[in-house]
Amino acid sequence: MGIQGDSLVKDTRPVNLDIATIKLPITAYASILHRISGVFLFVAIGVMIYALDLSLSSAEGFASIAVMLDSLPAKMVVWAVLAGLIYHSVAGVKHLIMDMGYGETYEGGVLGSRITFLVSVVMIALAGLWIW
Amino acid sequence: MVTSVTNFGRNGLSDFLVQRITSVVLLAYFGWLAYVLVAGTDYGQWQALFATTWVRIFSAAALFSLIFHAWIGMWGVLSDYVTERLMGAKGNVLRFLLQLAIGAALFIYMVWGFQILWG
Repeated sequence: MGIQGDSLVKDTRPVNLDIATIKLPITAYASILHRISGVFLFVAIGVMIYALDLSLSSAEGFASIAVMLDSLPAKMVVWAVLAGLIYHSVAGVKHLIMDMGYGETYEGGVLGSRITFLVSVVMIALAGLWIW
Repeated sequence: MVTSVTNFGRNGLSDFLVQRITSVVLLAYFGWLAYVLVAGTDYGQWQALFATTWVRIFSAAALFSLIFHAWIGMWGVLSDYVTERLMGAKGNVLRFLLQLAIGAALFIYMVWGFQILWG
């Protein structure tokens, strides 16, 4: 409701809060991906601790991880976990650099986000090469 | 400031600092782990590595950092999206229940991790 003149009338201006139709800046994507990868890692850390447990339990356990890593689904899981770790780490380093006072402007944020995506894509591709 | 009742240090500045200190520990740990794995290892070397005191202490530091870092991070996400403003009163209940589940999961990670390192 808004006040126009002396009368109270319904505000008929359109309100658009449908986030899917709003064009977000690259900094927003960098930020939300940092959150999504963080929540994903909270779950993935369970898989990592399981792998550490198995790898240190016995020579057979260690070997069973190597066998598991021959299957495509396991390779995909490991790659997904590494991708999450890589992106979350690179975006985290961007945060630390900005905390030190560098690139705190809008332009700096855009540049930092671009560098974050570029470095992450390269590192995730390298991780993929290492797995296969 | 009602949501600050379940944050980590009862104080935003403290959480901010803890989140960054733990991030540096985790960055160092995963960087070191990546170096070891990329260089290549077999069971004997791997077992011997995790039998050394410094690796156990480094791993325990990373484990503690992970628990604190995950708590602060998940609190930040939940207190933004699972809220009374977005979901009504049930938002508070749901957020509290999710935080209980997260706390339980992190406790299991901690105990499990220590069992692996010193068990």
